[in-house]
Amino acid sequence: MKLNTELLKKLVTAYGPASNEGIIRSIIIDEIREYVDEYNVDNLGNLIAHKKGNGKKIMISAHMDQIGLMVTDIDKDGFIRFGNIGGISPSISLSQKVLFENGTMGAIFAEPVDDLSKLKLDNMYIDIGARNNKEAEEKVNVGDICIYYSEFIDNEHVVFTSYLDDRVGCYVAIETLKNLNATDNDLYFVFSVQEEVGLRGAKTAAYSIDPDFGIAIDVTAHGDTPKAKRFAIGLHKGTAIKVKDNSIITHPLVRNNLVELAKVNDIKYQMEVLEFGGTDSGAIHTTKEGVPSGVISIPTRYVHSTVEMASKDDIMDSVRLLKAYLEEKK
Amino acid sequence: MFLKNLTEKAGVSGNEKEVRDYIISEIKDFVDDIYTDRIGNLIVFKKGKNKGTKRIMITAHMDEVGLMVKEIDSAGLIKFIPVGGIDPRVLVSKTVQVGKDKIIGVIGAKPIHLQKKNEWSKVLGIDELYVDIGAKDKEDAEKKVSVGDYISFYTLYEEIGDNMIKAKALDNRVGCSILMELIKSDVDVDFYGVFTVMEEVGLIGAGPAAFKVEPDIAVILEGTVCYEMPDLESHLIPTKVGEGPAISLADRTTIYDKKLRERVVEVAKKNDIKWQYRKTAMGGNDSGKIHTTKSGCSTVTLSVPTRYIHSPVSIISKSDYKSTYDLLNAILPEIDKEAK
Repeated sequence: MKLNTELLKKLVTAYGPASNEGIIRSIIIDEIREYVDEYNVDNLGNLIAHKKGNGKKIMISAHMDQIGLMVTDIDKDGFIRFGNIGGISPSISLSQKVLFENGTMGAIFAEPVDDLSKLKLDNMYIDIGARNNKEAEEKVNVGDICIYYSEFIDNEHVVFTSYLDDRVGCYVAIETLKNLNATDNDLYFVFSVQEEVGLRGAKTAAYSIDPDFGIAIDVTAHGDTPKAKRFAIGLHKGTAIKVKDNSIITHPLVRNNLVELAKVNDIKYQMEVLEFGGTDSGAIHTTKEGVPSGVISIPTRYVHSTVEMASKDDIMDSVRLLKAYLEEKK
Repeated sequence: MFLKNLTEKAGVSGNEKEVRDYIISEIKDFVDDIYTDRIGNLIVFKKGKNKGTKRIMITAHMDEVGLMVKEIDSAGLIKFIPVGGIDPRVLVSKTVQVGKDKIIGVIGAKPIHLQKKNEWSKVLGIDELYVDIGAKDKEDAEKKVSVGDYISFYTLYEEIGDNMIKAKALDNRVGCSILMELIKSDVDVDFYGVFTVMEEVGLIGAGPAAFKVEPDIAVILEGTVCYEMPDLESHLIPTKVGEGPAISLADRTTIYDKKLRERVVEVAKKNDIKWQYRKTAMGGNDSGKIHTTKSGCSTVTLSVPTRYIHSPVSIISKSDYKSTYDLLNAILPEIDKEAK
């Protein structure tokens, strides 16, 4: 198995901010439909793909949604004000290009501020090059959501681009599904919505599926750059098996299972103890009577920026580990 | 309009009985089913002229922000904690009512004469404030008030100025009043009406209510932030009085279903009802719990712009009240249809 750069590029560049995942969902459906028995889209927009088996029910969740900026006001000169959809940083946003669903492009800038620490979303705006309010309103409506626009770049070791979070998780789930050997397990691949605004999609999907085990596939942070906060995760050190973050302490049954499988299959891995953040497993594991859940993380530098960077080897190790986990009889 | 009675009742989060009893007394003869659930939500079923294709739930929370007695000191002065989001700057010198017997008290602080100059510019925190019920001493105060008693603001309902209403707890008795009016009218399609508890302390009642009702679509009625000073730039004004119901785009608890929101806007335009978008992503309401309950559902929030929200006194416009009711009434038979 080699990293399918074309597919990863297609996934990270597709439009799909939280609550507006239609385009990315269609792309994923096209990729997976031949490999599953059936799929459906639930009330919130989660794509739930079922690969039937007689064994234990496992829910695999990778979120399709991405962070973005929602238009709240268009002023008389056509400048657009916005609020955040998910974790948008003012300093990272300054001078980024943005893309709307209809293809409209814009640039983010700010009112003059004397020091950059005073940069807030409230004093920033999007300039789509409209000459007045009317021209702007022909292209953009209040309530529309735009995303960061950036180039996909890769070399022999890494990829860097916006929105590895969590399209790389979607990639890992899709590649696993495509390469999966026969298994007894009853598999539900969920491409969830609205993770970035509070694990909302995974909550309703888990309720409908009522799984025996949950596995989220998501990016995690890094501790391997100059003066980075101490954190035992770095690029090229393998896939990461989560112990905890702010949303979950992973179930030992699932966590140890993953560690064992990594050892047996000679898959490079590292243990992840994250002091912040959360993933879909946070919502899955407290559903109904509780669901033993774990997380396979892809170590990623500069999360929520336009240059999120991950190691190609780590991504493929994540695919191998998920594949091993799903093929093993539970 | 039931706003005089609704706003003059005390119903701080967790203590909604007085409000609930009043609502029951007004609507019980106009519903097909009515009960109070285990957590205190009032749930009614109202039959319409036809059944409709979707299960619709319309909600308004009954509770209001307020205070609770924490301690009675040796002088008989009452220390308190906030219940819900309260800015301590709005508390000083306000009249309040304490406990079941509605003992009148005043939130006291050091008079200006005795304050040092540096104290003038300082905001008094909740710890420095107390409620004075005029008790002689601790023993006297304890005859009337107990630790754990609720304290609510004491504000009379009045109609003022140009078609405006001044009262306490308009967030969210205004939603309750609109829902009550709808329940008392002849409606086109079936719906569940839910008056929820404890929204102000974390959307507590809405989850259990949605779990029970299992709606396909939920409409949340609210009183929401309004701040519109003339020197503010347009993007800093969340809603404006007199411009009709504010339709939410997103807040901290929900990104509202775009198709449903567009459908509601379409109906407002068709019926020539004033409307505006709620232009901020801050705040949150019962929708947050409702749309993620069980397998999830679509929600839309219609809010009456409410000035000075979460304070002892707030102001709304009667015309916004009417437009909100009109829009709710107009969307009910249309809401199950797709936006064009």
